[in-house]
Amino acid sequence: MKNPFRSEADAFRFVWLTIGFFALIVIGSLIDRWLGLAVFAVLALVALWWFFRREEQEPPVKQVPAASPPDEHRILVVANETVGGPELLSEISERSAGKNARVLVVCPALNSPLRHWVSDEDEARTHAQSRLDESLGSMRNAGLAAEGEIGDGDPIQAIEDAVRTFRPDELVISTHPAGRSHWLERGVVDKARERFELPVTHVVVDLDTAVNDDSDHP
Amino acid sequence: MSAHAEPHEPHGPPPIHYSSRVSPAVLGMFLFIGSEIMLFGSFFTVYFFDRVVNNGVNGQWPPPPYERPVYVALINTLILVTSSATMHWADTSIKKGNRAGMQAGLVLTLCLGLSFLLTQVIEYHRLDFNTSDTSFAATFFGLTGLHGAHVFVGLTILLVMTIRAFRGHFSPEHHHGIEIGGIYWHFVDVMWIVVYVTVYLL
Repeated sequence: MKNPFRSEADAFRFVWLTIGFFALIVIGSLIDRWLGLAVFAVLALVALWWFFRREEQEPPVKQVPAASPPDEHRILVVANETVGGPELLSEISERSAGKNARVLVVCPALNSPLRHWVSDEDEARTHAQSRLDESLGSMRNAGLAAEGEIGDGDPIQAIEDAVRTFRPDELVISTHPAGRSHWLERGVVDKARERFELPVTHVVVDLDTAVNDDSDHP
Repeated sequence: MSAHAEPHEPHGPPPIHYSSRVSPAVLGMFLFIGSEIMLFGSFFTVYFFDRVVNNGVNGQWPPPPYERPVYVALINTLILVTSSATMHWADTSIKKGNRAGMQAGLVLTLCLGLSFLLTQVIEYHRLDFNTSDTSFAATFFGLTGLHGAHVFVGLTILLVMTIRAFRGHFSPEHHHGIEIGGIYWHFVDVMWIVVYVTVYLL
């Protein structure tokens, strides 16, 4: 969400919008009092519609990361609940085989909207950190040079932050299967493909199957 | 006698973490503007309550014999809108490294803001009603006075900004003081437009 008062220029633009908004209402009310009220209602609805529509249609900002050192292959992995999934581990192993690979695992700290807006992220970060620690342990056991960090609750924002600092060569996003994944419902993978000029691999991790497999083979 | 060094343990609270989307500064600005809107909102609620419930005298608003100084307030509106433009000029000037433009913009904004406040004081003296006369008078003075208090705070901020500008404190890279002060000044301008339209025109 873009704060309209983030910069002086934005606030100055808002002054002119306010003048236009009220000028139309005054003109309407000079003709007829009820027309003024109707103009107010219509303009208020249009303003609300524009505000929420703009949020949805905000054009993606292409991120072109700088190249990593020539002898190093950087893989950015974004996953949350599926971060320890066997499919993800095997995908990363496969992608880093025979290369000087460096893996950064970003685990978004998923939070409720209310807690997010009051900056109460401690619990979300604690949960994300425990999942991340477990996953990093598995990766290190598999011989992968992996490091990890907690990201923003919005996975796209978390990727954007990591792209800026880590400068990956490719991106791996892990989700639950379709129908159970909130990220897929929100089009996170498609948005990432649209926004970042990186090869994006989508790994589906079915934790239920993994649990069943574990129980079949104790 | 032996001595040994204890490993240094960091003191104080843990390092701050926050979302990159909502930094504390932005959240602070949101909360500040939200609280200001609520403050003005409470005054507007009283005004509209009075207007709807009492409905003037025989449907006439403001209740006779009171007259609102619409034209003086219109001139004041033009002064304040112009001051927003000069404030924007000051901000864009320092971003381009034009120090003289920033100083001129701030001085002009300060002068225009002072003119607004002085005009309002003169307008108050010439009005033929006072705060205790009727509920209309009370809400009129309440709303315009609340806004006047904000203009006074804005002028104080502008004065500090101007003094700092003449002491060479701002640069194209570091002009946070101009940016934040400018946002506040535009907010005061927006609130005046709302006050002018609702109290003087409608």
